[in-house]
Amino acid sequence: MTLDFSLPIHYLWALLPEAVLAATGLLVLLLDVFQRGSRQEPSGPWVPWVAMVGVLLAALANGLLIGFDAPVRTGMIAMDAFRIATNFIFLGTTLFGLLFAVDYLRREGLDVGEFYFLVLMATVGMMLLAGSRDLIVVFVALELMSLSVYVLTGFNRNDPRSAEGALKYFLMGAFASGFLLYGIALIFGASGSTNLALVTAEISRATASGDFLLLAGVVLLVVGFSFKVSAVPFHMWTPDAYEGAPTPVTGYMAAGVKAAGVAALLRIVTIELAPAVSVWGAVLWWLAVLTMIVPNFIALAQDNVKRMLAYSSIAHAGYLLVGVVAASSLGRAASLLYLAIYAMMTLGAFGVVYVVAGRGDARGTLADYRGLGWRRPLLGAVLVVFLLSLAGFPPTGGFIGKLYLLMAAVESGHVDLAVILVLTSFVSYYYYLRVVWKMYFEEAPEDVPVPVVPGAAFRLAAVVSAAAIVAAGIFPGLVISTAEAVGEDLSPRQVAPLSQPVTPPRAIETTTD
Amino acid sequence: MSTFFESHWILSLLLIIPAVGAAGCLLVREDRSRHVALLTSVLTFVASLPLFWTFRPGTPAIQNYVSIPWIEAWGIGYTIGMDGISLLMVLLTTFVTPLAILGSYSYIQQKQRAYYAMMLVLLAAMIGVFIALDMFLFFLFWEIMLIPMYFLIGVWGGKRRIYAAVKFFLFTAIGSLLMLVAIVVMVYLYHRQFGVVTFAYNDLVQLPLTRGLQLPLFGAFALAFAIKVPLFPMHTWLPDAHVEAPTAGSVILAGVLLKMGTYGFLRFALPFFSHAATSPLVVNTIIVLSLIGIVYGAWVAAVQPDAKKLVAYTSIAHLGFVMLGLFALTSQGLQGGILQMVNHGISTGALFLLVGMLYERRHTRLIADFGGIAKVMPVFAASFLLVALSSIGLPGTNGFVGEFLILLGTFRKYPVAAFIAATGVIFAAAYMLPMVQRILYGEIEREENRALADIGMRERLVLAPALVMIVLIGVFPQPFLARTAASVDSLIDQVETRALSTPLLTGAADRRYDRMPILGIDELDREER
Repeated sequence: MTLDFSLPIHYLWALLPEAVLAATGLLVLLLDVFQRGSRQEPSGPWVPWVAMVGVLLAALANGLLIGFDAPVRTGMIAMDAFRIATNFIFLGTTLFGLLFAVDYLRREGLDVGEFYFLVLMATVGMMLLAGSRDLIVVFVALELMSLSVYVLTGFNRNDPRSAEGALKYFLMGAFASGFLLYGIALIFGASGSTNLALVTAEISRATASGDFLLLAGVVLLVVGFSFKVSAVPFHMWTPDAYEGAPTPVTGYMAAGVKAAGVAALLRIVTIELAPAVSVWGAVLWWLAVLTMIVPNFIALAQDNVKRMLAYSSIAHAGYLLVGVVAASSLGRAASLLYLAIYAMMTLGAFGVVYVVAGRGDARGTLADYRGLGWRRPLLGAVLVVFLLSLAGFPPTGGFIGKLYLLMAAVESGHVDLAVILVLTSFVSYYYYLRVVWKMYFEEAPEDVPVPVVPGAAFRLAAVVSAAAIVAAGIFPGLVISTAEAVGEDLSPRQVAPLSQPVTPPRAIETTTD
Repeated sequence: MSTFFESHWILSLLLIIPAVGAAGCLLVREDRSRHVALLTSVLTFVASLPLFWTFRPGTPAIQNYVSIPWIEAWGIGYTIGMDGISLLMVLLTTFVTPLAILGSYSYIQQKQRAYYAMMLVLLAAMIGVFIALDMFLFFLFWEIMLIPMYFLIGVWGGKRRIYAAVKFFLFTAIGSLLMLVAIVVMVYLYHRQFGVVTFAYNDLVQLPLTRGLQLPLFGAFALAFAIKVPLFPMHTWLPDAHVEAPTAGSVILAGVLLKMGTYGFLRFALPFFSHAATSPLVVNTIIVLSLIGIVYGAWVAAVQPDAKKLVAYTSIAHLGFVMLGLFALTSQGLQGGILQMVNHGISTGALFLLVGMLYERRHTRLIADFGGIAKVMPVFAASFLLVALSSIGLPGTNGFVGEFLILLGTFRKYPVAAFIAATGVIFAAAYMLPMVQRILYGEIEREENRALADIGMRERLVLAPALVMIVLIGVFPQPFLARTAASVDSLIDQVETRALSTPLLTGAADRRYDRMPILGIDELDREER
């Protein structure tokens, strides 16, 4: 089916997955209001499953999009393989995030329908953010995602850490939104449009003539997104927000919000703003380097596993940025593949963290992991898989992802980034290994109770994601070729009748001396 | 049947048997897992043994070769095969592992299932390293091997096991990671030149690299291998890991793992970067470091009060000999080096087993705690003496053949180095013989030692194969040398021709190409555009 964006009804087709998801969200909210809850069980046990069915339906709708085509690239929403792929990543993250969350929410007495509504809405925001081709949609999507996530961070009202994290996140996030909005305003002021296809044409002209307004707008836009992917030095909110948020929410944020931010960077910066590579190239290069180095060293000093994983997720933003800096078809494919694998492993790792922490998240320090591997062999093995994958160790998906990023970096001329990537990964080995040695090399103390592994939802999610990570490490052929196809599909083709042919983004010049 | 042993199936089987056995260990009852492990490892050895005869000597060609597409998008294949060098390494691995497992029978009392499963995973990974002919596959095995070793040291090791395990892991990992970048750069350069993405060894070995490029790439590979060997300043992980590891872990570490470093030099670093590897800078550096290793290892070993630590330091000296032989790049030197890799695996493995037997009886490894053991443990004493003499390199034992060939090969090119290395043989006697004397002979001074039982049936079974091999290689090394001769000659030939034909830096294009890894490859791109 060919979509024609001059007909409004065709937007509905193009937005089918988002529409399905939003409708499910509203349905969950309504159903939850009309059912009778009690103090012990404020929400019906079926509510999460309704949300998950909605996610699956949205995934189905997303699959339908594969058959659609929009030849004119000036619509407000993209119709390309990249959007479909990122949608699948977000929906997968949401599905696994919910599976991990169900048991946690029950344990902590947070099992209310609003939670699922907020998660679904945040996902709609992510999907729109990654698929938008108009700066207004970008902003609306970003706010939809961010506001939902602020509330989710503070969802555990009784926990002061949760409230603290939410407040910090909100203040810093609002600040970032300001940057982004200001950037959009400048770009609009200089180019007279918010439609990215039109902006792109303006930018190639502006880069040549050095239009300050437009280029300042580009930098502000990059900074705004950097907040969302928690790139150093815009990461200050991350450790507190991640530590304070209910643990499954942390996993969901670390996987989903970051994926949305990186997807937006990949599409908007490396494609639409490609002509301004001389402006954002160096900025992103430094962001990537700092984001790889700083958090990896800070994580070494963390005693709290959740906080350590929070820093590790910042470091992963740095690895992902390597693919963005590469700004080639290969770089986009590598980042995309890494996003998918990263989502799996980070969700899983935070999932295990909440199980070990027990009721009230009381036990989160490294010492609480002593002897875990012998007391709970399967839980321990699953966590080892997640940690090895986060460390980028074969034979896991994390290794394949990092290898792909290395290839992209080398191909685009950034051997320096490749070397920094492996050296910082090396630093990260230490703190991932430390968890492993606590789990296996030290005896469990008598006073630490054996963690209670929750119900079927958790078990399913943990085992499936661990198996998927190992499978992606041993037989990555399918995911690689998919990522490659998507990366190539996204890369600029000779389509723009608007201006001179779009120059493919080249490697930027980096002077390190 | 012979066709089976000439096909790749036999090599694949050597990977599959231990992997299946590892799963089996986890499934059976705790006290039966050791039998499963022993059976599996013996089966692996029996399966691998006919390769010694079905292997066709006299040709440098890779045998039992297969290449099955695996990750086609990146040109990665399941590519395995072996030449004479791989053959000896594979057989060494399958030979040492059953001994190590049988040697663990009474030592390992805790968490046996996991222990034996780890041993078998290690076995598969080690075999994989020696037969992989795809850089991705090689790297996979090279890294996977770290995980079981990390657990073996960390869970079943001695007092400082955690420190030793982490140190071992991190030391090895840093080298591997830089090697990974070098591999990726080579794949990229190959793609740039020939338009094909491939990780296959046979392709990448054809890649012409300019002189300036070779040095950094060689450096990345050499660091990974030198840490593993370990070459002198990178050796500090070794005493810790060897001493803290359980006996079987030390046996595998010394017996096989260290050889991966020297094997890596032979298989990858030398052919890939022939010019860099034969440049005076590199050769002199490595020879000097090897010599320091030989002398330093011997001196430090001489003052160790702990028998296990003493044996650990002798490894540094022995591997120094091996490196010397390899980088002399003469036929004798290389052959001696390869043979010495096997010898060291057998002798030092046996030494660790013997020290482990003492430790199991007395729970101490301090040399001073023993004395006069020969009176109560005659069979043990005889075995210990033979193994120690082979470690020194006494004529008639395997150690002599290897060290003599190395010295011969080195002397032809670097007489001074050979002279210094020869003093290492004397030092070896100076640390090994006093230990033998203080443990085995003299009067029994400690009451605890009077009641020591001589080694039993199981322990004799563990030692016997090693003792037989020590004498066999010592008096009849020809079959072993014959199998590596063709591979060695072809390697030398290949390295020397390629080193000479390496492009000189002529013209602007080459100079740019040359600076690539330092400044970033975009340098080239920009000027081409």
